[in-house]
Amino acid sequence: MRNALVSAENLQLTLKTDFSSEEQALTIKNEDLKEMLESNKESLKLEAMKRIVGLIAKGKNASELFPAVVKNVASKNIELKKLVYVYLVRYAEEQQDLALLSISTFQRALKDPNQLIRASALRVLSSIRVPIIVPIMMLAIKEAATDLSPYVRKTAAHAIQKLYSLDPDQKEHLIEVIEKLLKDKSTLVAGSVVMAFEEVCPDRIDLIHKNYRKLCNLLVDVEEWGQVVIIHMLTRYARTQFVSPWREDAMFDENNEKAFYDSEEERKVEQTRPYIMDPDHRLLLRNTKPLLQSRNTAVVMAVSQLYWHLAPKHELSIITKSLVRLLRSHREVQYVVLQNIATMSIQRKGMFEPFMKSFYVRSTDATHIKTLKLEILTNLANEANISTILREFQTYVKSQDKAFAAATIQAIGRCATNISEVTDTCLNGLVLLLSNRDETVVAESVVVIKKLLQTQPSQHSDIIKHMAKLFDNITVPMARASILWLMGEYCEHVPKIAPDVLRKMAKTFTNEEDIVKLQIVNLAAKLYLTNSKQTKLLTQYILNLGKYDQNYDIRDRTRFIRQLIVPNEKSGALSKYARRILMAPKPAPVLQSAFKDRDRFQLGTLSHTLNSQASGYLELSDWPAVAPDQSVRNVEVVEPVRLPCIFILFYFLKIMLVLTYICVHVESVSESESEENSDDSNKSSSSQSEKSSSESDSEKKKKTLKNKKLQQLLLIIMTKYILIHIVLSISTQFFVNCMCSLLHLCVFLACQFDAVSWHVHVSLQASSPVFVPETSHELLHRMTGKGLSAQYRFTRQPCIYGNSMVSLQLTLSNSSDQALENIHISEKSSTGQNIHRFNAIERLEPQASVTVSMGVDFNDSTQAANFQLCTKEDEFSVSIQPAVGELLLPITMSEADFTKEQGKLMGMNESSATITMKPENVSSQSVNRKVVSVANIGVIPSSQENIYRFAGKTVSSGSLVLVSVALKDPDAVITINTEKTVIGSMLLRQFKTALTNSGP
Amino acid sequence: MIHSLFLVNASGDIFLEKHWKSVVSRSVCDYFFEALERATEPENVPPVIPTPHHYLINVLRHRIYFVAVIQSEVPPLFVIEFLHRVVDTFQDYFGVCTEAAIKDNVVVVYELLEEMLDNGFPLATESNILKELIKPPTILRTVVNTITGSTNVGEQLPTGQLSVVPWRRTGVKYTNNEAYFDVIEEIDAIIDKSGSTITAEIQGVIDACVKLTGMPDLTLSFMNPRLLDDVSFHPCVRFKRWEAERILSFIPPDGNFRLLSYHVSSQNLVAIPVYVKHNISFREGSSQGRFELTLGPKQTMGKAVESVLVSSQLPRGVLNANLNPSQGTYTFDPVTKLLSWDVGKINPQKLPSLKGSMSLQAGASKPDENPTINIQFKIQQLAISGLKVNRLDMYGEKYKPFKGIKYMTKAGKFQVRT
Repeated sequence: MRNALVSAENLQLTLKTDFSSEEQALTIKNEDLKEMLESNKESLKLEAMKRIVGLIAKGKNASELFPAVVKNVASKNIELKKLVYVYLVRYAEEQQDLALLSISTFQRALKDPNQLIRASALRVLSSIRVPIIVPIMMLAIKEAATDLSPYVRKTAAHAIQKLYSLDPDQKEHLIEVIEKLLKDKSTLVAGSVVMAFEEVCPDRIDLIHKNYRKLCNLLVDVEEWGQVVIIHMLTRYARTQFVSPWREDAMFDENNEKAFYDSEEERKVEQTRPYIMDPDHRLLLRNTKPLLQSRNTAVVMAVSQLYWHLAPKHELSIITKSLVRLLRSHREVQYVVLQNIATMSIQRKGMFEPFMKSFYVRSTDATHIKTLKLEILTNLANEANISTILREFQTYVKSQDKAFAAATIQAIGRCATNISEVTDTCLNGLVLLLSNRDETVVAESVVVIKKLLQTQPSQHSDIIKHMAKLFDNITVPMARASILWLMGEYCEHVPKIAPDVLRKMAKTFTNEEDIVKLQIVNLAAKLYLTNSKQTKLLTQYILNLGKYDQNYDIRDRTRFIRQLIVPNEKSGALSKYARRILMAPKPAPVLQSAFKDRDRFQLGTLSHTLNSQASGYLELSDWPAVAPDQSVRNVEVVEPVRLPCIFILFYFLKIMLVLTYICVHVESVSESESEENSDDSNKSSSSQSEKSSSESDSEKKKKTLKNKKLQQLLLIIMTKYILIHIVLSISTQFFVNCMCSLLHLCVFLACQFDAVSWHVHVSLQASSPVFVPETSHELLHRMTGKGLSAQYRFTRQPCIYGNSMVSLQLTLSNSSDQALENIHISEKSSTGQNIHRFNAIERLEPQASVTVSMGVDFNDSTQAANFQLCTKEDEFSVSIQPAVGELLLPITMSEADFTKEQGKLMGMNESSATITMKPENVSSQSVNRKVVSVANIGVIPSSQENIYRFAGKTVSSGSLVLVSVALKDPDAVITINTEKTVIGSMLLRQFKTALTNSGP
Repeated sequence: MIHSLFLVNASGDIFLEKHWKSVVSRSVCDYFFEALERATEPENVPPVIPTPHHYLINVLRHRIYFVAVIQSEVPPLFVIEFLHRVVDTFQDYFGVCTEAAIKDNVVVVYELLEEMLDNGFPLATESNILKELIKPPTILRTVVNTITGSTNVGEQLPTGQLSVVPWRRTGVKYTNNEAYFDVIEEIDAIIDKSGSTITAEIQGVIDACVKLTGMPDLTLSFMNPRLLDDVSFHPCVRFKRWEAERILSFIPPDGNFRLLSYHVSSQNLVAIPVYVKHNISFREGSSQGRFELTLGPKQTMGKAVESVLVSSQLPRGVLNANLNPSQGTYTFDPVTKLLSWDVGKINPQKLPSLKGSMSLQAGASKPDENPTINIQFKIQQLAISGLKVNRLDMYGEKYKPFKGIKYMTKAGKFQVRT
């Protein structure tokens, strides 16, 4: 005894010394590290930092080294710097004051020309969770959000979430930044900013409207993690913005409960008004579909849940294969996917039925995987496949994994209740299992049989007898209790056996489990009521045993039963009804899937997996009854594409943008000045876009020919230069100074050159068309096109597809009764023209029409462009014959320039004719109108009253075409000066007819 | 999103922790250990475990649990997929993903984790980008680094991260330009007692090892693309082109990657390359059981079946097995009751067999079910579905690459019920 005490003491002592020595070692080691960090050698510092990171990784405390480490934050060695960052982010929260020492380094790094350094500085700065620096972070984020590098902008999006979690009061400012970043067109930024949106302001759905289409279109190119976040966000968005696509087929879908609630009236309304999917809704479905082929399981799952929640029911089947494919993946992936399939398979058996065999259990599966597969197989069971499934289940029952075998028996029970054809077969199978050697299997069988028998007790008295025989061999309490309950409940079917069982139970009462004892009391009471002659004494005996039981539940129950069934003077009216209380027919339990109510959660979410609401879960809203205004998603301005890598080009583009803006601005000012004396109104047209364009045209038409020129010109150039200066000085901060001055020089030169060119090459100054005719020409008649008809119209706008192309607008409509697919222009063109084809139209619904634009290079000739318009089945040869006037683009120049240029184009380049004008055509307006309707040329302001001048250039070669009309009452002389004499003479002929004819 | 990551080894110790937001105490893992204790097998730990304030999502690979701590709603697959990507990256960097390898390279691991997640949201997971940021440790580089003091950390922003081909690094140069593609198919099957097939399907992958200079643009076409029923692609594959022409067109990442995985349509009958004759029986009352197993080739298209490995989980009542293999070696683990028989190559003239007796626990009743037999095998130079690559072309670069395509068929989850 004494020895033991001594040795214990010794042990304690050694323990103590061990501990202290370890502590000592640690501090010594830390001293060591401090020394290394303070040395001059980079390699020593690095080594020290590596050891410190090792300590952090192990979860050891290294916070006392903070001062020594933070000194190295400005190190030149990148690896050392990075490791210091790791350390800082880990301990800054604990050592706030010291952490502030490092802030200035990051602020400096935020201005570094290297985007990698800018980004990592922002990353670390925003990861330091020190509340004092919130304003600095805010400033840094705002600045980074406008950075030229998308990588830095991405980091800014991440920083938003960090700042928000540090200081939620900044929400409003952060939302502003999010709004700005949502407009970003870089695929790099999209995922991160949507993540920030989800975290900071998931309810601000209005921020998404304008970016919805962009996000849909970018989606395929976004990195995979971003895709998941965006898809989840868009799912929520779509549920608030579009009407349900399920209404129509709800009638065919017996599983959908909605159909049940729909009243007759509503259905009638639906039938008269067929559902048309919002094109934006369709866009989302179409653009997410290819992502089902992603290698990232999270993306596939995200798309699947999107289809599940948004797609029309008949399109749902495309996700099945992909989901089944995921089952080949890792165990954890299988687990989540199977859970989601289980929920889906309850509502839509048909989706997974063809893949039933993929859910067959393998002996190597983990238990939770097996159980889920079993669940799905049970959900899929129907009259047709039940025999296959039951055969499969037979194998599972024999499994070594007994928990799984028990689950299988439950599943058999569910199949039996759901499919009445096999109830008997299942019951027989289960009875056979009662002789199984394994207790859990037997117990589970008994429990399931009990449930099954409750549904149809009368026919199965022999099963109850069989169970009574087995009773002695069954030891699992739950199973024993179940059998006893069955005996009691159906004692009338087994009048001879039940009392005997009770007799046996009376003997073993004291050794039974509580749950069994309760059922013995129960059985005794029931038998007493039905067969009191045989069982009266037994019951008394059992009730006495129960009265002195250790468990108060049993004592309570016994007392209650005794009062209820044994009539005495104290018992009230209740004992009269004892029989009716105890022997009341009980409803059979409903065996249903554990996944029955999981669909209240959005699929693929954590909440769905756990079947309880996780914090931060965003409820998926119901479809709106009426779709909100869809025009909110329209985007007006199409900005030019930015090329992130090539900075210089970017700058130039920006400058160009400013230039055009100024030009337009000045023009519109001059327009508004001269608007008063106009009274012309235009025919309103049907389509909205056309309307707006014609409106702007009429405005331009109203432009009277006032003088503006030289001073204004100078003014424009001045403003241009000043603005460029401003723009540049804003953006120079990222740029090396010399580069900038070079740019300045370039721009200045360009401006100078530009200014000079205003005098020398005036002809190249294009202007917008004065008048755009509404008339469309037939391209393909619906009879020849087998339902497809096409019309074209010259938009008179500079073509966006090529400088030498004439831009055309094509309206395709489907007047047949079935949808046309894949409408496109075939690759081969019979004539030599260069044609820019429109993108193939995948599908054109009956009675629908679509407008597309295309460009044709006519090479300044009126030769028709022939090509094939194809649908999926047919090809139609069509041709576009341009009027000569459409081969021109309007330009503006001063009157002086006009005469000067005209002077150069004399002789054979000039063609003229004299005509007699109708008196009503003589007014300046009507002349102008007639001329510009024939040809797409611009009006030149004229100082002489009866001479009208127009100028244009040919689209392909850019040769000048100058037209002047001199009125000499009643005659007029039309003069056309151009190098292209053919065009000149053809134009002349058309002008002649136009001006001599009366009418508008 | 992902708050913290804990790595737990097989004996239940946390050997690495990393936090991306505020530090979460490692005591949160106690909930995980509880679940671990409750699970009978390591695989039975539920992947998602709720705790009062956090949610733990774990994956088990190479006998290491990667436990991610998250605080709010997030698609669980997002986290699971990411964790697997972390393991793949470790494997790519260190060759193996073991506790020892991670501990040895703890600095690189930390640097990697730092780059892969920012504030819990994945930042760079593409192996090509990561390798530019942090160079994988090699013996040579370690030596050079210690001498010159240079580092493993790249100084430049990987251009890939900004370009339209984020998966490929720029400035790739090789003296030997080569591109190898391995078409590997796996047969998943369940064969029932009588030898008839209950379910069988073929899953395949095309793994590539591409070492080509510059920015090559490759196209790969199949003789019979119709066979492919369901496919998933590496992000580099142009989906539109596949939809329209059934041609794989892509700018490959540098190095090893999985180009494609596919599923062969279930309409096609699956050829089962091996058959098993078995006779495993226990007699009531006797403490002996018979065990007889014979393997033979079935539909192998004239190719040899190699690296055959048979394993079976015998019933718990079996004490020992005394068997005699006609070829190869067998082992029986009396604790786990796992019988495995390394057969090697099947010789069609002399079929391999394993015969003998099993001794049962005295007095124990006869096990009421027979064990399942799992079979692994390999067949070289054969894609069992009949898939054939037609041609591989390269555009965009001038040199002539060396191209190679290899076919292989393996057993996936191939089980025989007895």
